[in-house]
Amino acid sequence: MAEASVTLTVNGREVSATVDPRTLLVHFLREQLQLTGTHVGCDTSQCGACTVHLDGRAVKSCALLAVQLEGADVTTIEGVGGPDEMHPMQTAFKENHGLQCGFCTPGMVMKGIDIANRHAAPDEATIRRELEGNLCRCTGYHNIVESIAAGAREMSG
Amino acid sequence: MYPFTYHRPASLDDARARLAASEDGRPLAGGMSLIPTMRFRLSSCSDLVDLNAIDGLAGIERHEGGIRIGAMTRHAAVEASAEVREAIPALAALAGSIGDVQVRNRGTIGGSICFADPAADYPAGILGLGASVNTDRRSIAADDFFTGLYETALEDGELVVSVDFPVPERAGWAKFGNQASRFAVVAVMVSLAGGAVRLAVTGAKSHVFRVPEMEAALAADFSAEALEGIAVASEGLNEDLHADAAYRAHLVGVMAKRAVRAALAP
Repeated sequence: MAEASVTLTVNGREVSATVDPRTLLVHFLREQLQLTGTHVGCDTSQCGACTVHLDGRAVKSCALLAVQLEGADVTTIEGVGGPDEMHPMQTAFKENHGLQCGFCTPGMVMKGIDIANRHAAPDEATIRRELEGNLCRCTGYHNIVESIAAGAREMSG
Repeated sequence: MYPFTYHRPASLDDARARLAASEDGRPLAGGMSLIPTMRFRLSSCSDLVDLNAIDGLAGIERHEGGIRIGAMTRHAAVEASAEVREAIPALAALAGSIGDVQVRNRGTIGGSICFADPAADYPAGILGLGASVNTDRRSIAADDFFTGLYETALEDGELVVSVDFPVPERAGWAKFGNQASRFAVVAVMVSLAGGAVRLAVTGAKSHVFRVPEMEAALAADFSAEALEGIAVASEGLNEDLHADAAYRAHLVGVMAKRAVRAALAP
């Protein structure tokens, strides 16, 4: 099948690439752009480890084709902050012990930012409901919920 | 995934032409079901015609007769819509119970009903609220739209453009969702409009269905108590690792009562 070209913005930078139309956004990010912070957790579109922001909203990058994203604006975990300058949500996960193995954490942080963008002071019930699409196998969610509450407070303050 | 040629038409006419010219083309809406099934090689197509770049297919309009929702309207938009929440809060509740936030940010009403997953939520909303599905060729009544497992009344190349929902006096949504996938194990939409009751069940059979015995009882007395003793037979109901047929039959009764209570809630 014919390769297709796509031009989109990833973490504020314009990227043009040629892709096999079958390439999922998550594989495009990880393998073509070397942005490996976005994880593949389940391969069944249920775990949320691959969550990125598409035009400002949380989506699963394993359920989108890269070729669909002509003109789109994508933000990954690398785009929100790094070791030298962490995003308030990343700091909140660190300070509240919001991770153990860390595999689901990029998706959790991206989802946490998405929650904070839509809810100024989310309560526990709101955060837990909003996290339905993000699975964690180690923490039991308690500290993730605390982290997102703290990160949202910091972001709105 | 099996290989396919990707198309991104900018108009409905162009989409139609590309589907017509393809050997085995499929339209792509939100892709929340289609892309995963293509990934698992459970489905394939020669051409994938992406509808996301076509203007005018998304949006929610309140008009005298009811609410019109464009085919490419995302679930999150229906969930958050002030018009839908005011006129048919049960429909906003249904949209807000689909999958998870990430799925609702991308999935569309048109995609959901065309895919016609036996456990999808919108089919119960369409049938339970007596909506009409508008295509590029005609309007299809809810009772005629869903015809079988992943089957609808749509003809080859026919595209859904919008869905018209009449505004009922009351409506209620109740869902028993699978804990992992959030698909409906059993979910019920009930509505009362002009003395007529519609009660539609999804998740329990090959495709969404109404329960006439329950509708008759509710038409006489719109209360959860009126459903006491009305059982749905377990023959022909779905069985899988999540629920056997007898449990699903039981859940239909429980969800029907919860839907009625939700409809009566202030």
